[in-house]
Amino acid sequence: MNWQAILIVYLKELKDQLRDRRTIISTIVLPTVIMPVMMFGFGVVMTKIIKKAQDEGTNVMIVGSAGAPELIKALKADPKFRVVAETGDYQQRIADKKLRVALELPADFEAQVRVGQPATAAVLYYEGEIKSGIGARELEGFMQKYRTALVEGRLKERGLPLELTKPFELKRRNVAPPEKVGGATIGGFIPYIIIILCFSGAMYPAMDLTAGEKERGTMETLMCSPTSRINIVFGKFLTVLTASVATMVFAMISMAGTALIGGSLFAGKAAAMQSAAAKSASAGFMPTIDPAGMLGVFALVAPVAVFFAALLLTVSLFAKSYKEAQSYAGPLIIVVIIPAVFGLLPGIELSAKTALIPILNLSLVCKEMLSGTWNWPFIGLIFGSSCLYAAIGLAVCVKMFNREDVMFRA
Amino acid sequence: MYLVYFVVTPNPMIEAHNLTKTFKDKKRGVITAVDNVSFTCRPGQIYGLLGANGAGKTTTLRLLATLLQPTTGTCVIAGHDTVRASEQVRAQVGFLAASTALYGRLTAREMITYFGELNGMGDDAIHARIKQLAGELDMHEFLDRRCDKFSTGMKQKTSIARTLVHDPAVMIFDEPTLGLDVMTARAIVKFVRRCRERGKTVIYSTHVMSEVEKLCDIIGIIHDGRLVTEGTLPQLRERYAEPDMEEIFVKAVGGEAAIAAALNR
Repeated sequence: MNWQAILIVYLKELKDQLRDRRTIISTIVLPTVIMPVMMFGFGVVMTKIIKKAQDEGTNVMIVGSAGAPELIKALKADPKFRVVAETGDYQQRIADKKLRVALELPADFEAQVRVGQPATAAVLYYEGEIKSGIGARELEGFMQKYRTALVEGRLKERGLPLELTKPFELKRRNVAPPEKVGGATIGGFIPYIIIILCFSGAMYPAMDLTAGEKERGTMETLMCSPTSRINIVFGKFLTVLTASVATMVFAMISMAGTALIGGSLFAGKAAAMQSAAAKSASAGFMPTIDPAGMLGVFALVAPVAVFFAALLLTVSLFAKSYKEAQSYAGPLIIVVIIPAVFGLLPGIELSAKTALIPILNLSLVCKEMLSGTWNWPFIGLIFGSSCLYAAIGLAVCVKMFNREDVMFRA
Repeated sequence: MYLVYFVVTPNPMIEAHNLTKTFKDKKRGVITAVDNVSFTCRPGQIYGLLGANGAGKTTTLRLLATLLQPTTGTCVIAGHDTVRASEQVRAQVGFLAASTALYGRLTAREMITYFGELNGMGDDAIHARIKQLAGELDMHEFLDRRCDKFSTGMKQKTSIARTLVHDPAVMIFDEPTLGLDVMTARAIVKFVRRCRERGKTVIYSTHVMSEVEKLCDIIGIIHDGRLVTEGTLPQLRERYAEPDMEEIFVKAVGGEAAIAAALNR
């Protein structure tokens, strides 16, 4: 190994790659653009849909309205609801999404209630249909309030204290600090994105520098030079690693920028709308993350990036052409994503076993680190095993470069 | 007599002994691409390797250039074994073939500079060498343009400059005039001749008979992986009682039927 020769190969490959449009797109343009598009696009569309649903108001049909004039009066007074005329096909209309919810009442509902007979009111909705679900929740809320008002009225009539229905208060209080909430909500998502970016950023240069060179005939030219093959491998490997890391860095900068701008933007919108649903939606956009956790994520991603670079170089070196390399590297993305997705599943926790599974271990430990939990023995184990996998990957890659049946595969 | 021979002839620069190269193929089993080939080549000589497509020329040359390792046999170039000291061999060899292409996204100057650097040359030496080669090969006009926009002739000239940047003692040209127009082909033949005048050892493979007649000091005819005959042009004419190179070639490989059979394989 000769570092000067490696540097010569590295600098040349870097120059070459920077002149390749495909690499520029996959390492710089795509990761920079995809985050804002995803966050803004998704955010804007979701906010719009929710706002529209609220502006329209929930249309509700009262079945058996003749027996409940007071209830209908109260419902009509509420701006959240639009009461529509009663027809017989209300179940069909809910299924057709023409009607969001219906309230089924017995014919003599209010008369029953007045004399203290137990009566049942049913809220009909369509499970899985978002607008219908929101409507059902709103209608339930309204009915509960209406019931409470009735109870309180009765207690007052009899001169009894209101506490009679509420022997104690029940409250819910969150003890998780904000960064823990952030870690739990997007902590799984961040390593997942990083893993994919790392891989996709390395993919095009890796294919171009091996199968691409074979296809264009420059690989043989390069091997005619007196420098030993290990220098060529390392020069190429460092180029791929650079692309992989660059992809990640561009994506992270873009993501942080988007979060900063997007956070304030959505917060402003939500305040203007003054609706509970929009507020909760925008609050989800800006969970705080432990910066030390972010550094930890980068430290642990590094050996995985090395592993990806070596793996992709090896696989695409085996291919005769760029096209063949694509057909090998494409499916590999899925192989990489599966363990990353498993890390997002609830119930899969870090253990001595899962700490040895590549990619899954990264996904799991990142989730913990981002929420401020530093499990040092596992972190050490994961870093060590990742380094080992990376070293094996590199060794295999060097071996492949020395195999003439691979280099001159006809 | 023998003593005189040794004094006037310099030591061989290339010594190939019983080179054999076999490949494993899933469908066809073991293929012997080069079969027990031996020859030597001295400085100031052009050794012409003549053979049909698939005869084993390229594989032989790749063995010399250390791109492949012989299955059996040895080859010594400039005193270094091609297997045990491949890096030293490559430092003495310039290899040019149809399969050694240029980096399309680099300019001709960058391409030549890169290979100069890989050969351990300093910036000044590379700069001077590029100036010299560009003059000899008439490349100044396109030196700073990107290779992917070049014509075949411009590409070949750049490739030659790339091959020669480190001033190797041995040059291996594998069908260098293939697909070139007459003018460029002539320029390249002239250039190869000039290399001989400078005392370089040149191996030149081709299937163009006229080039062999004009250029080569020693001609080796390769067929089906075997070196079937070897000698100077007058020697071959005498041996096969034919004045024409093409007729000599056909007779040497065992008639037209043998060529057809080899091509079908």
